[in-house]
Amino acid sequence: MKLPSLRDVATEARLLLIGIPVFLWTMIPIYHMFLFAISPKEDAFSGKLWPDHPTLHNFEIVFKQQHYFLRDFYAQFWNSTLIAAAVGVLTLFIATAAAFSISRLKVPGGRMVLNLALFTYFIPAAFLAVPMYRTMGNYGLLNNHWALILAMVTIASPYAIWVLKQASDKLPVELDEAAVMDGATTLQIFRLVYLPLMMPSLVAIGTYAVLLAWNEYLYAFLLLSNDREITLPVALGNFLAADDSPWELLMTTGFIYALPPAAVYYVFRRYMVGGLTAGAVKS
Amino acid sequence: MAITLSDDHAIPSPPLSPRLTPAQVWGIVLLAPYLLVFLAFVVYPVCYGLWLARAPSNYVALYNDPIFARAAVNTLIFLVIGINIKMLIALFLSGFFAQQRTWIKWLSVIFILPWAVPSIPTILSVRFMFNPEWGVVNHLIFSLTGDDGPNWLNDPTVALTMAIGVHIWKSLPFWTLILITGRLAIAQDLFEAAEVDGASWWQKFRFITWPSMQTLYITCTLLSMIWTLGDFNSVYLLTGGGPADLTHVLSTLGIRYLRLDQLSLAMASIVCAMPFVLPLVYFMMKRLSR
Repeated sequence: MKLPSLRDVATEARLLLIGIPVFLWTMIPIYHMFLFAISPKEDAFSGKLWPDHPTLHNFEIVFKQQHYFLRDFYAQFWNSTLIAAAVGVLTLFIATAAAFSISRLKVPGGRMVLNLALFTYFIPAAFLAVPMYRTMGNYGLLNNHWALILAMVTIASPYAIWVLKQASDKLPVELDEAAVMDGATTLQIFRLVYLPLMMPSLVAIGTYAVLLAWNEYLYAFLLLSNDREITLPVALGNFLAADDSPWELLMTTGFIYALPPAAVYYVFRRYMVGGLTAGAVKS
Repeated sequence: MAITLSDDHAIPSPPLSPRLTPAQVWGIVLLAPYLLVFLAFVVYPVCYGLWLARAPSNYVALYNDPIFARAAVNTLIFLVIGINIKMLIALFLSGFFAQQRTWIKWLSVIFILPWAVPSIPTILSVRFMFNPEWGVVNHLIFSLTGDDGPNWLNDPTVALTMAIGVHIWKSLPFWTLILITGRLAIAQDLFEAAEVDGASWWQKFRFITWPSMQTLYITCTLLSMIWTLGDFNSVYLLTGGGPADLTHVLSTLGIRYLRLDQLSLAMASIVCAMPFVLPLVYFMMKRLSR
């Protein structure tokens, strides 16, 4: 084994000089949250970098709903789960049908619908929130989970349609032609040829829609307000309303809330990076 | 059995309309769910909102509202300064993460965390860190210097800078990831040839990396600007628009008017942003739908 040359050491040192600040910058807010979650109340406010008596007591309080702010924790967790799942399923259904129709069936006007969808995708979601809030009021859906589900489907589907359309354009047209020769109906082509081949993109888009809905704060806080109907992020925001907020419990709940999307992201990373970043920006 | 060339579909059932093939009928049926969503939740709200914002008096009221002017300036600072700093860092880090080292591979897995976790808990975590009385930052300042630290979020300039910082923290990994893909697409033999010719680090960047990445870089910057216009969380959760409504951006201002029950003002403030948004959107659509 040969000793590293002086030049190699210098290169490595320069890389570390970038790598260490990057690591600290990334981890400090997350570590701070974790630190609060494992600190007893008196340690949490002492400004220490590691608690004297690390404990899981905060998690116990959250899971037993033993605080005023947490009395609907399970209901809110369930709301978040249900809404994220519904948005995932509905977005997949709507976007796959639309992409199949535009890309494979070449429906008249499909190109225009795609452009409209792309246009919606570029309008900042916070700008659409104001009219959307009023519209949901007109439809009588405020404080109803369907309001948030439908709003999130509206926001998720344009990108979903666009990515799925790009992916289905890559499937050879001969596949459809061969299936037609064999006497397959349009629905059979959709079910037996199209869906299986599109699976990787469908996984990516389903994950995208679920994460988008789970992470959404603005729409959730505008459209839902009843304590038992709100999702977890809105409940976290409500902690701030009081002056004597139990920060350690807020951070514990936030930590629990952040775990599922992080886990989903890392499990589906292969699909996400391939399916989404390639579609997000085409140079 | 005669199959003509024009009849590319062999479904026996007769077409519903003489001009549409069964495949096209299915096409319309399958497109219908999205069209319904689009009509009910995009077209109707937008038209209704524009109708609400129709009165010129709204725009006079906005013009006379100092908070609106401040929010517009803040938004410009956020976009022009914040996004460019972010993209420059992303460009720099994409070069760092493209290095072949095991520890850099692991670091890139950690680096993606801010993008993978939801923004609410992490932004609130930053907010607590900088709390003047109990935050860990001022505790450290006190134990190191014996002085009380500043009241960070009470100074509008510092608060807005920190909101930009939080935004960068959250979205830097995503853009770095995209620029890494762009970098890895460059043919390696170009760099090897440059190495043989004794090119410096800067020359390699200037004459190989940048020319192949500039289109991607500019597209990313514009896209990030459009999306950042809608970044409500970074400002709202960190500063709440305060102190004294001096750190609002357009996205939080609209929601502020909404909460004050001034819906027509909320819509009017969004309409005012459209002359800046629509050209960007048009440009992006041209690029992406090629």
